[in-house]
Amino acid sequence: MSIIVTDNGFSIDDREGSTCSPEALPPSSESQTVCLQSEDDPSVLADSLDRLTLIKVNFSSFSDGRGFTIARQLRSMGYKGRLRATGYIISDQYTMIRRSGFCEVEISNELAERQPQHQWMFRADWQQNDYQRRLGRINFNY
Amino acid sequence: MYQYTNFDRQFIAARNTQFRQQVARRIDGSLTEEEFRPLRLMNGVYLQLHAYMLRVAIPYGTLSSAQMRQLAIIADKWDKGYGHFTTRQNIQFNWPRLIDVPDILDALAEVDLHAIQTSGNTIRNITSDHFAGATSDEVEDPRIISEIIRQWSTDHPEFQFLPRKFKIAVTGCATDRAVIKAHDIGLQATRRDGVIGYQVFVGGGLGRTPVIGKLLCDFLPKQDLLPYLESILSVYNTSGRRDNKYKARIKILVNALGIDNFRDQVEARFSSIRKTFASPDGSFIDNITSQFSPPDFTDRSVSPFEESYQTNPMFKQWVDRNTAQHKHEDYRIVTVSLKEPGQTPGDATSEQMQVLADLAESFSFDELRISHEQNIVLPHVHKADLPLLYNTLKKHRLATANIGLISDIIACPGMDYCSLATARSIPVAKEISTHFDENNMEQDTGEVKIKVSGCINACGHHHVAHIGVLGLNRAGVENYQITLGGDATENTAIGDRAGPGFSQSEVVPAIERILGTYHKLRHDAEESFINTYKRVGITPFKSALYPAAKQSR
Repeated sequence: MSIIVTDNGFSIDDREGSTCSPEALPPSSESQTVCLQSEDDPSVLADSLDRLTLIKVNFSSFSDGRGFTIARQLRSMGYKGRLRATGYIISDQYTMIRRSGFCEVEISNELAERQPQHQWMFRADWQQNDYQRRLGRINFNY
Repeated sequence: MYQYTNFDRQFIAARNTQFRQQVARRIDGSLTEEEFRPLRLMNGVYLQLHAYMLRVAIPYGTLSSAQMRQLAIIADKWDKGYGHFTTRQNIQFNWPRLIDVPDILDALAEVDLHAIQTSGNTIRNITSDHFAGATSDEVEDPRIISEIIRQWSTDHPEFQFLPRKFKIAVTGCATDRAVIKAHDIGLQATRRDGVIGYQVFVGGGLGRTPVIGKLLCDFLPKQDLLPYLESILSVYNTSGRRDNKYKARIKILVNALGIDNFRDQVEARFSSIRKTFASPDGSFIDNITSQFSPPDFTDRSVSPFEESYQTNPMFKQWVDRNTAQHKHEDYRIVTVSLKEPGQTPGDATSEQMQVLADLAESFSFDELRISHEQNIVLPHVHKADLPLLYNTLKKHRLATANIGLISDIIACPGMDYCSLATARSIPVAKEISTHFDENNMEQDTGEVKIKVSGCINACGHHHVAHIGVLGLNRAGVENYQITLGGDATENTAIGDRAGPGFSQSEVVPAIERILGTYHKLRHDAEESFINTYKRVGITPFKSALYPAAKQSR
């Protein structure tokens, strides 16, 4: 089971169940969970945003920053639902994650042991010291 | 110049606390070496050949006297009593211990300096015209938008893990002293129908694939600046190559897509991104703008200057060579040479830094600039003060009258410091400057820009030198290739490779043959090296470099 990190600390993933790629999304159905990879174009979800309850964006490596732009694009497309960063993300990136529009991070147990809750909480003050917001860049926080 | 607000100070303090913790977490194992690496890089800490190196940002090259004094103190306390000013208007300390870096960062913060984003795959220190605010032909002081871009790019949440580093340069006038077309983004202030906007160039760069920046937007309205920059970076972050670090810069993406296709992608993203920007508080921008208002220039007699200029030929030579026209007729822009022949280009001792800080305080409204040519500029000096200034500089070996001449060489640190270098560049620069100083060829040769890089990454800007020297390693032996006819001004040009390389001991004779050819071919002393080269082409220079016997082999 994975650990979910939010501004309130660690919790256990409450969203068990299937996740699909954007191509595998059924044409019309009930609420769905989709997982985007770094190379995916989020605009393919433009018509499905209303019925998606959770979008995961997978980081294959913490040093590949494409996921930050994907999150920002989804928010500027109007997605207001739950947005989760998954894969390999380190606690030092938590501020960037939240400011890019993600609600939460899913991390492995191994990483949660190496970078325990207090190291993530140290960066939970992401609304502080934000140069971009002073310059008019809107943060989408849901 | 820009005065830090409480916001800026709190930001830096928080950032320094984070980095101190990151160093501790590296030591306790919370961070792996691989994870720590980009974090230390985005805080300016490199691992070099012999030691760690700390690269401190000097935003758009502007420093106060107090800041310069603190750099001198840091050089004495944590380094070996000197610092190295770089082609990106930064200063590098070559010998700090990693364990001391958090304390050095706190010392920098005391004077509103930092090392944030001077390295790593992020938006780097914004560079600009070192004559900003002092030159007469400006549409706008480029430091205003440079500061705005500095703030926007600092800790930008989307752009800390880009495919590769990203450099932005800004000029406020048509005369380009910031080499904007050799940057990932180059901005030039321009006026249309009385309104100020920006020309945007993209995809320029040196390195192993030199490319001149292409025109992306002919007139970008001021209010669109940040959303448009964000759109360019957004496209780059999505589509820049991540599979090969040598093909990861934006120039490769722009060339692969073609500039028109790239522009379409930027425009498409801009249409949504501009909606994600509210207009910032007008007073916020006004406040930044007002901080770059010109100082209160004084009306005083310039007669002390006239007298020295007529009677002291050494002073006259220095004034003619090292000072430039100022927008106020009683003032001059002074360039202090860090290129004394035989010394390391760009190095300054702590004592020299202290002297320069004092001089800036007394004679230049408390302001200094670092030029990308690795010299120090005192931007606003009253003519009446020039004789005293000159005499003080002379006492501290800072009055070398060689700006723009042979010995005013740009050189990267090369194999003496850098782990990427394939050859030494500092000793080559020293040999060139010493030789042409001793044979008195320099003043008669006039302006010629020589730039030396110690590897293909081209930190010494050799591609845009009139005479470029590139140090390579050929089967374990240093070998120096020469390029000719590059140009770092608004007429940006990449130099032509002359032919096979030379051993280190052959470099000075080769440059002597190039300059001898120029002296033979120039119309008169008024025709500069680069103009002569543009008129006659590379052929006569090649013939001189490679006499027939050698060429036919």
